[in-house]
Formats: sequence, C-alpha cells, structure tokens
Amino acid sequence: MADAPEGGGLVFKPMDQFKLADLFGGSEIGMLTITNSTLWMAFSIVAIALFMVAGTRGRAIVPSRVQSLAEMTYGFVYNMVIDVSGKDAARYFPYIMTLFMFILFANFLALIPMSFSPTSQFAVTGMLAIAVFVTVLVIGFAKNGLGFLSLFWITSAPTVVRPILAVIEFILFWMRPVSHAVRLGGAILAGHALLKVFAGFAQITVAAPLALLGVVAIYALEVLVAGIQAYVFTILTCVYLKDALHPHH
Amino acid sequence: MADAPAAAEAASSGGMPQLDFSTYPNQIFWLLVTLVVIYFVLSRVALPRIAGVLAERTGTISNDLAVAEELKSRAEEAEAAYEKALNDARAEAQKIAAKTKADIQVQLDAELQKADVEISAKAAESEAAIAEIRDSAVASVKEVAGDTAAEIVKALGGKADAKAVAAAIDARMKG
Repeated sequence: MADAPEGGGLVFKPMDQFKLADLFGGSEIGMLTITNSTLWMAFSIVAIALFMVAGTRGRAIVPSRVQSLAEMTYGFVYNMVIDVSGKDAARYFPYIMTLFMFILFANFLALIPMSFSPTSQFAVTGMLAIAVFVTVLVIGFAKNGLGFLSLFWITSAPTVVRPILAVIEFILFWMRPVSHAVRLGGAILAGHALLKVFAGFAQITVAAPLALLGVVAIYALEVLVAGIQAYVFTILTCVYLKDALHPHH
Repeated sequence: MADAPAAAEAASSGGMPQLDFSTYPNQIFWLLVTLVVIYFVLSRVALPRIAGVLAERTGTISNDLAVAEELKSRAEEAEAAYEKALNDARAEAQKIAAKTKADIQVQLDAELQKADVEISAKAAESEAAIAEIRDSAVASVKEVAGDTAAEIVKALGGKADAKAVAAAIDARMKG
C-alpha cells in the first residue's frame, strides 16, 4: 500500500501488500500462526464451497445460474484433463480440479481491494509446482518403471541428435517446476505491484486522472490474468501428467 | 532458516516479501491445509453431485427422446390402424350394399315370378269361367231357340220334329 507521502516526496511501497502479518498482531510468524494469507486462503475455501456446493444444492435438471456455472467449470476442467492427458487421467481429475479452483479463486479474491493474494507468493506457487512435479515423477515411474525415462529419448529425431536432445530435455524437465511456479507467482505479483505503482502516481494531483485510468486498465487486465493464469497452470499440469501417463512421444 | 531474521529484515526494508523464507513454513502449512480441505469438499460433495446431475440430465434427455420416439411411432401405428379400419369399413359397406342389392333382386325376381304365375293362373281360371259361361249361354240359347221353334211350329199347326229343329238351330248358329 502506498502510504501518504511524508515530507512531500513520492512514496512507492508496491511490495508491502505482499507482506505476511499475524492477524492478531504478533511479530513472529510461526508455522501455525494465522496470518492475512491464511485468512484469504480460508476465504477461497468458503468461496469454492459456496460456488460448488451451495450453488449446486438444488441438483436441478434445469440448473440455476450458479449451478450452471459450476457445471460449466466442471465440464471445462474435466474436458481439459481428458483432452490433454488422456482418458486414463480421469482419476486424477479431482486433484487437478482442486488446483484449478484454488488458484482461480485465490486469484479472483486477490482482486478485492485490501485483500491478500496467496498466489503471488513463491512459497505457495512453488509448493504447488513442486507438488505437481513430484506427483508426475511418482506416477511416471510407478506406471512406466524405467520406461518413463524414454520421455527424454525423442525417437522422432535423427539418431545423432538424440543424446543432445536428451540432455536438453532432461534439463528442461527439471526447470519445469521453476517456470511453472514463477509464471503464476510472477504474473500475479507483477500485476498487483503495477496497480500499486499506478495508484502511487495518483499522489501527484496533475497525474491523478491518468493514474486512476491506468489503475482501471490494469485492474481489467488483472481480471483477465487471474483467469488465464489459473487456466495455464492447470493445462500445464495436464501436459505434465500426460508425460507421466504416456511418456513415449 | 538461520538467516531468516536477516531475510525478514531485507523484506521489510524494501526487498521482496516473497523471498522472506521465514514465512515459508507458515504459508506452505496453510496452503496444504487449504488444498486438503478444498480437495475433500470437491471430491466428497461437489464433484459427485455435479457428475450425478450431468448424468441424470443426459439420462433424462435421452429418456425423453426415446419416449417421444415411441409416442411418435405409436401415433403412426394408430393412424395406420385408423386408415385400415376406415378402408375395411368402406369395403364392408360396399360389400353389404352389393349383397343387399343382390338379395333384393333375387327376392324381387321371385316375387315377380310368383306374381306372373298367379296372374297367368288367374287369367286361365277366368278364361275357363268365361268359356263355361259362354258354353252355358250357347246351350241356353239352343234350348230356348228349340223351345221357341217348337212352339212356333205347333202354333203354325205343324208337328215339331225335335231332331230337325235341333239340326236347323245348329246350322243357324254355326253361321
């Protein structure tokens, strides 16, 4: 939050919004401390429950608006899992749905002014990415044994370049969780920081209208980004899951 | 986590709070709690319910379509049966009309024949009666003529020969 200028100079504190704080005023943040991040994660649970459980309460054959949206979200993610990862990935659908719903709602709730965005934290996105990465490794080796390593052996390439490609593929494989985490975290972080920077410029009277316009424009963009990043994270998860289930190119 | 206070210091002095590793255990712990709760809410309640509703809807729609199809074929059957019944009735009516006509014709013919027979019988009878009357008339005339002739002959002073008188009368009547 950009505080009121002290002593006339412009004050930008775009990163302060990402600071964790004990909700009950403690200075130490231990593992079980209830923080602003915890609160907004809890809000995402409540929102998801309202949307997916309360919204489908009627179980109507002709759905209400909320139920219709919940069904569309279900169908959207389910089709994505089946289309990208294959039919045998259907059993992983609840996990992928969990990831998608959490990221989507955390992103959207973070657009509420004064809120906290858990998905702008590398601790959170990194943990999500590592969870996906480890899951892919475990499923890959459990399903295919050492055959999973054929993921790095691209048979469609000429034999000579295959070892080189294998090295590249291997490195890329280990970079996956990094790019997976930074893509989501970075996008949310950058968007929210940019909003604060524009808001900070509103401290200059002359620039204020333009700055506010900028805030509105960036906010609109962020609404888009919130959905797109949730989609991107999920579809990449599906792609990685496909590698685990069918490592042969 | 030995350098956690230092990192926290860096974060509070304008560094990225994202890189303040002292908050990581907290965030990761609550993230896992959140994900587990969301997973259970989704997999135990929301997803089976939505899947059920979707399946039910598909079932209802295909059911309704099947019922509609069946009703349509039944309507077509009923229409065909109605057509057939109508044609049958028409044919039956025609048959009955033709039969009745034939029956009436036969009856009429029989009646006509009977009437003819009766008429000819009556005619014959009448003819016979007329003939008899005529015969008796002729006989009477003969008798009267004989008597009259005999009387005339007697009156004229002659003696009437019965045979001659009868022969003369026969000769006159033939003429």
